[in-house]
Amino acid sequence: MIPDISKLRKDFPILDQNVNGNPLIYFDNAATSQRPVQVIERMDEFSLLTNANIHRATHYLANKTTEAYEASRETVRQYINAAETAEVIFTHGTTESINLVAYSFGEAFISADDEVIVTEMEHHANIVPWQMMCERRGAILKVLPFNDNGELQIELLDSLITNKTRIIAVAHVSNTLGTINPIKEIVLKAHLQNVPVLVDGAQAVAHFKIDVQELGCDFYAFSGHKMYGPTGIGALYGKRKWLDQMPPYFGGGEMIDRVTFENTTYNQLPYKFEAGTPNYVGAIGMAAAIEYMQSQDNQALDAYEHDLLTVATEKLKQIEGLRIYGEAPMKAGVICFNIKGIHPFDLGTLLDQLGIAVRTGRLCADPVMDHYGVENMVRASFAFYNTFEEINAFYKALVRLKAMF
Amino acid sequence: MTIDEIQQEIVEEFSGFEDWMDKYAYLIEIGNEMTPIDAKYKIESNLIRGCQSRVWLHQEFTDGKIKFEAESDALIVKGLVALLLRIYSDRTPKEILESEPRFIDEIGLRQHLSPTRSNGLLAMVKQMKLYALAYEKISAKK
Repeated sequence: MIPDISKLRKDFPILDQNVNGNPLIYFDNAATSQRPVQVIERMDEFSLLTNANIHRATHYLANKTTEAYEASRETVRQYINAAETAEVIFTHGTTESINLVAYSFGEAFISADDEVIVTEMEHHANIVPWQMMCERRGAILKVLPFNDNGELQIELLDSLITNKTRIIAVAHVSNTLGTINPIKEIVLKAHLQNVPVLVDGAQAVAHFKIDVQELGCDFYAFSGHKMYGPTGIGALYGKRKWLDQMPPYFGGGEMIDRVTFENTTYNQLPYKFEAGTPNYVGAIGMAAAIEYMQSQDNQALDAYEHDLLTVATEKLKQIEGLRIYGEAPMKAGVICFNIKGIHPFDLGTLLDQLGIAVRTGRLCADPVMDHYGVENMVRASFAFYNTFEEINAFYKALVRLKAMF
Repeated sequence: MTIDEIQQEIVEEFSGFEDWMDKYAYLIEIGNEMTPIDAKYKIESNLIRGCQSRVWLHQEFTDGKIKFEAESDALIVKGLVALLLRIYSDRTPKEILESEPRFIDEIGLRQHLSPTRSNGLLAMVKQMKLYALAYEKISAKK
């Protein structure tokens, strides 16, 4: 069943505007997605009527807010099929989630000369926290490379894992190559050698269903703002067996049980990792985004998005001198490319004049740039509210702009 | 001509363009016509690295004036660099410190001087001013 995209677009009034005299074509969804009016209204309604701090008082507003916050946690739990709500930590986003694990897991389990594996296609958020932790703990960072097609060289993983490997961190979907990585296979290989796996799910959650139990991963991190929710909120899923053994990352209120100057004890999961007043409005917004997505025909939307990507790829390949980075058979959401002789900044600037929003630059993935020997790239990234007409307009724009150089 | 007079000249050159495409085409043309910076100056210490584009800036101070040579890997930035060199190169530190590149705003390209980490252009202007400040201090000490 073909979804009624024009009807869905009405839920996103931001899309209905002109930029530089042209209808906005928003192709920067991998950077952030747009929020439907239902999410914005839910958050506004909450702030207007119900706002109070959570878990800290017994009055009416506090109880209502606490209920809404914890109900949001349950919404996230069932969305990713975590076994229990204690395994769902609210954070401020994917980057914080990964930093939390890198720090905490590092404190608990990583010693000098231990090893951590990341991949060559990771976003800096899934590289730098591990580098920082390795430096603190005297551990070694190893890298699983990818081939020119944008696929991880999984065949090298078994030999990369040694008895010193303590954790593997990998993206579910690459923010540059669009590759959907074989997480189940990676987890199986890792678990055979008793190595846990953290998955950066930032680019995955908007595009297909996530089932953390089926994937088998030990940690899964993602952000609200990339899945039609607000900024400043994200989640970290972690298996209880790990989270129970990990020390807190941030200290402060809520995450404690009892504080004395001689000794302080910590709260149980998930609160142990939720110091301070959380972004509870954001959490409610994130749950509203999940509810919005779940109210759609997701099979139809996933198929539609896949078609958008296929059609866009085919059209771009018709442009002489255009090179796409990452052509794995299983891709989602993004096309990174360069046109020979045209600097991405120039192309992005001129596309903007035509109302087309793409991302240019290094895409927070320096190793991917280095792999292909380029300084920057152009990235077009799609969501279910994009259309074939927009892709057509994009293609025509590229052809027209190419002639200027 | 003073810096401000040249800026006025540039604004007038651009006022003829009604179409943004012509404006950018002109910038690209200026960028293309620029004499490339001497390869020996395209070194790490002259590189102003932005996320979106790279700019190389070389300077020499003689007879009380700073001469700049610069280049970018992005053509639009290169065009803007060419215009900035037109107003700032071969000037005294005092002249450089006392003027702002307001022409960029007046030709409708203010977004290219936005203070984001990504833009090498704003960093280049800051660097030019830092050189001017340094040379002014050095000259004052003599």
